[in-house]
Amino acid sequence: MTPLASLKVALRALRVNALRSVLAMLGVIIGVGSVIVMVSISAGAKKAVEDQISSLGTNMLILRPGADFRGGRSGGAGSADPFTDDDVEALVAEVPAVNAAAGRENGSGNLVANGVNWSSGVEGVGEQYIEIRDWNVADGRNFYASEVRSSAKVAVVGQTIVDQLFGGAPAIGARVRINNVPFEIVGIMEVKGTSSRGQDEDDVVFVPISTARQRLFGGRQTVRDAVGSIYVEVAAGANMAAAQAEIEDLLRVRRDIAPGADDDFRVFDLADFIRARNETESQLGLLLAATAVISLVVGGIGIMNIMLVSVTERTREIGLRLAVGARRRDVRDQFLTEAVVLCLTGGLLGLILGAAGTMAIAAGGEFPVMINPLMVAIAIGSSAFVGVAFGFYPAHRASRMNPIEALRFE
Amino acid sequence: MTSPLIVARDVEKIYKMGETEVHALNGVTVDIQDGEYVAIMGPSGSGKSTFMNLLGALDAPTRGSMTINGKDLAAQTPEQLAKFRGGTIGFVFQQYHLLPRTPAIENVELPLLYAGVPADARRERAAARLNQVGLGDRMDHLPSQLSGGQQQRVAIARALANDPRIVLADEPTGALDSKTSEEIMDLFENLNAEGMTLIVVTHEADVAARAKRRLTFRDGKLVEDDR
Repeated sequence: MTPLASLKVALRALRVNALRSVLAMLGVIIGVGSVIVMVSISAGAKKAVEDQISSLGTNMLILRPGADFRGGRSGGAGSADPFTDDDVEALVAEVPAVNAAAGRENGSGNLVANGVNWSSGVEGVGEQYIEIRDWNVADGRNFYASEVRSSAKVAVVGQTIVDQLFGGAPAIGARVRINNVPFEIVGIMEVKGTSSRGQDEDDVVFVPISTARQRLFGGRQTVRDAVGSIYVEVAAGANMAAAQAEIEDLLRVRRDIAPGADDDFRVFDLADFIRARNETESQLGLLLAATAVISLVVGGIGIMNIMLVSVTERTREIGLRLAVGARRRDVRDQFLTEAVVLCLTGGLLGLILGAAGTMAIAAGGEFPVMINPLMVAIAIGSSAFVGVAFGFYPAHRASRMNPIEALRFE
Repeated sequence: MTSPLIVARDVEKIYKMGETEVHALNGVTVDIQDGEYVAIMGPSGSGKSTFMNLLGALDAPTRGSMTINGKDLAAQTPEQLAKFRGGTIGFVFQQYHLLPRTPAIENVELPLLYAGVPADARRERAAARLNQVGLGDRMDHLPSQLSGGQQQRVAIARALANDPRIVLADEPTGALDSKTSEEIMDLFENLNAEGMTLIVVTHEADVAARAKRRLTFRDGKLVEDDR
């Protein structure tokens, strides 16, 4: 019998018991649907991590003062002495692997322009900071090193600031008062969008760190030329761990830490953190995939069950087919086709369901998801596999029937 | 003289029912010529149905040999036996055994489907057979829309579809009233008149009376061969 003829017979048999066929498919529908949702979530999570790494810059280290121990009591993170501008210069000058370094002091400011006001994060940074972050000025320019030295009142702002204060109108050269100090806007940052944590990354103002210290956050200085944190760009191709060790050695000397004593600062490799988190997430993804596979197996058992019922119900039909010239293999292929058609239909419905579920999750925005054509292959491949794997035993049983007994079966 | 179409030699069939052995056939030897019309009779348990199953290659003898149309059935592979059942034999059953929810014409096409006949030729030959049994106007009817006699005629058309050498009918009128039985037997008579070898298993004397030869079985043995 040709495959086409088998297909026709299978479709007729499934149509006869339409409700039962749909119920039997349900397990496969749910199984394939959940596989697709899981795959899109884990693909989305993976992409989010990759985006995050590239948005941070892959060879960036962040240096922060650590806990200060005085009288056996920890002051908590950041309580140790801050870094200074000299530390930033020394890193570039003395550690060959360091390509660039920039200090950063951050705070917030009340912005006023055009009679509109807006509160935003204000970051006092070195001129290389934007480049180290792998970010670009879209319009206008970054501030110059000379402007950092002279504490110029210039600012580079994110797109959200332009939208809020100027309604999107050209803002280069415009004045903005930050905590009552007038600044000139010299540049507008490239739009970055919302971070994976849901923060608007474009709601930011960059000013020279010197200006920020003197004019904006002046009240809280305890050390001259203090720098809250340092962003370091390690030369491309250099060993991150070796660079990190060299930086630590230099800072220990500069901060007079006795040999054997603990560091009072910390060096963070953010990409490292993200990679670690990614690993946790991929393990979670594995767990989700296992759950999806289990539901597919349960779906397959449903198919097997219904196929066994069908084989029993159609015992006389099998006997008749054997009597009119069907080979055992024809009978087996017929039931196998039926199981595969059942599973493929379930797989297609599962695909639709899974795609709809994925889109619903995407619309909800809680998890990053990614829809891709691989899902179609997964849906069809896994359901066809389930059909053959779980349809084989019932089909085999049908093909082994004794025609005489089958014809007498009541 | 040509060799007989069916040659059965010392055929025995033993079924194992748990511990006990049942001798369903106990040394049956018979020849049947091409074009004969034979009735096989006997009470239930006499072995007539078993003999019929052996003739149709649905089962194999425990001992002895069956040669049909020049082929020793014991020497055939399962593939060859399937082809033999589809091509040399046409079965007619008491319960018709039509596929439910399948139009009459597709039921008739079934043996052709397994013989690998292309769709167009299949439809044409099946339609011709339905015309032959007088159901040319019922081709697309489902079995449930046909009377018992009509269903049996569809089954006969199916048995004839692949131009078999032998038609084996197992109690073909057992489920029909006497008038419809007459019609079916007339149909058989016409087939035999056209040269078809017919073997009918029955326990009804009036059905057996229309055959040209009667084989009577009792306790697994052929006890009477009446021409």
